Amino acid sequence: MKDFQYLAPRKLDEAAALMDAHGGSAQLLAGGTDLLIFMRNGRKSPDVIIDAKKIPELTRLQLDDEQLTIGAAVSCRTVWEHPEISERFPALTDAATLIGGIQIQGRATFGGNLCNAAPSADTVPPVIVYGATAHIVSSRGERQAPVEEICTGPGSTSLAADEILVSLTVPRPRANSGAAFLRFIPRNEMDIAVANAAARVDLDEAGETFESARIAIGAVAPVPLFVEAAGAALSGKPVNDESIAEAARIARDAATPINDMRGTIEHRKQLVEVLTARALRRAIARAGGGTRGQT
Amino acid sequence: MSNKSLVTATINGEDKEFLCEPRQSLLEVLRDVLYLTGTKEGCNDGNCGACSVIVDGVLLDSCCMLAVEAEGSSIETIEGLATGTELHPLQRAFLEETGLQCGICTPGFLMAAKALLDKTPKPDEQQVRHWLAGNLCRCTGYDKLVRSVLKAVEA
Repeated sequence: MKDFQYLAPRKLDEAAALMDAHGGSAQLLAGGTDLLIFMRNGRKSPDVIIDAKKIPELTRLQLDDEQLTIGAAVSCRTVWEHPEISERFPALTDAATLIGGIQIQGRATFGGNLCNAAPSADTVPPVIVYGATAHIVSSRGERQAPVEEICTGPGSTSLAADEILVSLTVPRPRANSGAAFLRFIPRNEMDIAVANAAARVDLDEAGETFESARIAIGAVAPVPLFVEAAGAALSGKPVNDESIAEAARIARDAATPINDMRGTIEHRKQLVEVLTARALRRAIARAGGGTRGQT
Repeated sequence: MSNKSLVTATINGEDKEFLCEPRQSLLEVLRDVLYLTGTKEGCNDGNCGACSVIVDGVLLDSCCMLAVEAEGSSIETIEGLATGTELHPLQRAFLEETGLQCGICTPGFLMAAKALLDKTPKPDEQQVRHWLAGNLCRCTGYDKLVRSVLKAVEA
């Protein structure tokens, strides 16, 4: 690995000033499970590493009456160890417990997973379906963006070189809402998705009608993909097999996967349809709708 | 290199100071600076778990962490598992159940198993398998490893 300077600022404005001063030659370090590997194999070679983990805004994990705030440098393990997150945001826990193994979960972060912008990033579809907002800071000021607008292609994001992803805020789901994330891989752990899917549903009080839904799919497009049309197709529809199948077909049609060593285009499109339908069923069950997932 | 940092950390309960370059992983420093060679390098990219250590109570791959990040932390390695000549119950169970063959993956498995038992003293088989999933073994076929951990739980 090439030599570099390591800096560990304790304040966000200091970090922003450092990112500004070093331009594109600085890189923020969160869990390092992607970055350090890329630096070792030469894919990235920053001159300056700015450790994100001493900055309070980036390490904060807080659930209040309105929203969950996940600091960009909070580890997956910290998220899945939080009992109320498992209860209120189960699709986040689904992803946080699937990514890598226990060792990776202890270091890897939601913020890093988003900024690394892998098409297969497991934590991204869940934050998309929960309608999360990315909070971004630079020495030029602050801005917010819907989380589905961050990834722009494999390994690239809409963040400028001097911008810092500070946190994700996830609104608390209302009553009669449920969400789930599923991934297909040949083994249960330590693998990269062939395809993945997240679904979130808001049902009426009786649990019989979809009021709204959001669906996102991964590893089947250049970015983790928010399939707005698939969720929109469920609005006002009865909770039944036909509605679910229709949404799953729309998700399948939105997928533009590639052939690679993990899977073929045909296999991946088929997986998207199956995973979307299953994620919807699980989300419905978690919302207490249908006949408890028997739809 | 002149670009060296002084890092202070607790390693297996002892206060230590060491010099390292920012580019050195915790794994490199454990082995090449502190001569704690029990922690093994396998893949060096976070896939095999051979370099597993526990930092501030969190199991992680020491190849995926910079040594400079360890400032002020408490690190547990395989060298701290036994108490003097008294083996840890996990080490005894690994010997009794032949939970090792070539031995390269063994320190990582032991640290992963210790991290599990620190958190969940009486895990079931499914939990053991889940917690050991980040560690690769090319010899045992895993069943003996799982049996070893379950035996240590009973002990």
